[in-house]
Amino acid sequence: MGIQIKVLERPIEQTSYLRSTLKGMALTFKHLIDPHKKTLQYPEQKWDLSPRWRGTHRMLTDENGKAKCVACGLCPQICPANCIKLVPGEDEQGNRYPLIYEIDEFRCIFCGYCQEVCPEEAIHVGRHYENSEYSRAGFVYDLERLMQQTHPVCEMWDPADPRGE
Amino acid sequence: MPYATLLLLQKVYDRQLPVHGAPWLWFTIIKMLVVFTVIMVGVAMLTLAERKISAWIQDRQGPNRVGGKLGLLQPAADGLKNIMKEETYPEAASKVLFVLAPAMAFLPALMTFAVIPFAAPLPTRWGLVKMVVADLPIGFLYILAISSLGVYGIVLAGWSSNNKYSLLGGLRSSAQMVSYEVAMGLAAVSVLLLAGNVSLDTIIENQVIGGWYILPLFLGFFIFLVSAFAETNRLPFDLPEAESELIAGYHTEYSAMKFSMFFIAEYSNMVTASALTVTLFFGGWSVPFLNGINLAPWAWWKTLITLAFFVAKVGFFIFLFMWVRWTLPRFRYDQLMGLGWKVMIPLALVYMVIMAAALLVLSYVGVSPNAVWLGFLPAYWAILGVLNIILAALVFVVLDRGRLVSPASSRVDAAELARLRAISTPRRFAGVQGD
Repeated sequence: MGIQIKVLERPIEQTSYLRSTLKGMALTFKHLIDPHKKTLQYPEQKWDLSPRWRGTHRMLTDENGKAKCVACGLCPQICPANCIKLVPGEDEQGNRYPLIYEIDEFRCIFCGYCQEVCPEEAIHVGRHYENSEYSRAGFVYDLERLMQQTHPVCEMWDPADPRGE
Repeated sequence: MPYATLLLLQKVYDRQLPVHGAPWLWFTIIKMLVVFTVIMVGVAMLTLAERKISAWIQDRQGPNRVGGKLGLLQPAADGLKNIMKEETYPEAASKVLFVLAPAMAFLPALMTFAVIPFAAPLPTRWGLVKMVVADLPIGFLYILAISSLGVYGIVLAGWSSNNKYSLLGGLRSSAQMVSYEVAMGLAAVSVLLLAGNVSLDTIIENQVIGGWYILPLFLGFFIFLVSAFAETNRLPFDLPEAESELIAGYHTEYSAMKFSMFFIAEYSNMVTASALTVTLFFGGWSVPFLNGINLAPWAWWKTLITLAFFVAKVGFFIFLFMWVRWTLPRFRYDQLMGLGWKVMIPLALVYMVIMAAALLVLSYVGVSPNAVWLGFLPAYWAILGVLNIILAALVFVVLDRGRLVSPASSRVDAAELARLRAISTPRRFAGVQGD
């Protein structure tokens, strides 16, 4: 006994190959002349992202152009991928601010916990996804770069509006 | 013959004499260059057409980045890419054969096309120029001889690469081409029987007068077409390549322009097979219903119109090749051989005998091959047409019942097969037996 071959049980006497071939050709022809093609011409056309899309981070700023972050340390605490590096500092008025704030987009899993946990609504995940780089070091976004991002930010899940309407 | 005599002859006879001497040589060289160029450019455009058609069938848009929305410059981009790629030579390969194989695959297709007439003769001041590169009186025999050479390229490629996948591809290809060539030749014999000549010119002429052979030789056309698919290694018979099993089959080890040559070979084979089908069964370059254009006296505009019709007919068959490729899956190897030897060859043999008998009976009864009924219906065309429709109906209804392609269950023993057949029986007689 050689290799076990799975044999499909089909009604031999009723199998017609020519007719099913013609049927198949009719189907492919229907698709051939169908003007609705599914291809998205990517760099020119893009998908509409969901308002809840979690992509590249963005640090929001206050009216003075400074980062809203108060270096409370909650986001590095909650981050499951451990991709946020935060060194807190304090100015002469006693306000805390981040001396170093870096996010490694390469390690980030875009769970959005940082945005959810942030008491100042400073760090956000954004509706943006094209963040390729030539080096691994390029994926580490510092505070300056996070503040420069201009894309819309993610609207997190709202218990009052569970379906995002 | 002096030119003055020629002119005199033309005045006396309606028929213009063919070119001869030095002008003949010049015209032949011009035709060679033009046909070669047109086929090469055509093949390049066919690669684009194939990609476009596959894309459209799969609801995609296909190449549209180079040369406008239709991607018209894509073949040029592909060619440039292939020329700039590295030519690899496997260490274990047999170098001479390895280099020779792509050329061997590609030449027979072009050589076959040389004898296919592609337009009505063109009258010039030097005489009548036949629109065929080589006007061979034994055209069809030449085609049978040369098209068999096509397998050499593939087998040599498979053998010389010294690679298991290549070798398997080459082996499969030789088995496939050898077995389907028999059916193809036998199916074409019916054309020769009806035309009574092996010259392609005469075959076309007969079709102009007596109606296209597609109807009186319909079953022959069907066998011929299926075999042509197998001969050109196109799906559903692309076992030599069989990407999913054999990487790329016989051209696994090839790169750059040598790989491209196999591609060109496949497409020129397709052009030649289409042109041959058109010539044998669809009246060649002739224009349907307007026989004034298809017959002498010749004129340059007749040449142009018939050329356009030839291109259109060939184009349709090339489209058919592509359409089928993107519709059907590949045969299993044993199914391929079974279809070739157990169905196609016996069918072609029986068909040949039936057609020969029919022709014999017709001539015995006394129907003239030139007889025309009611002023427009060629007698042979009508009688053989009816016969063929009956035969085709028999084949498609009786034979096409789980026999054309044996299912996997055909390899089980007889008792098991009986049990499988029994599955279908209650369904068929559901009203009688119940369940």
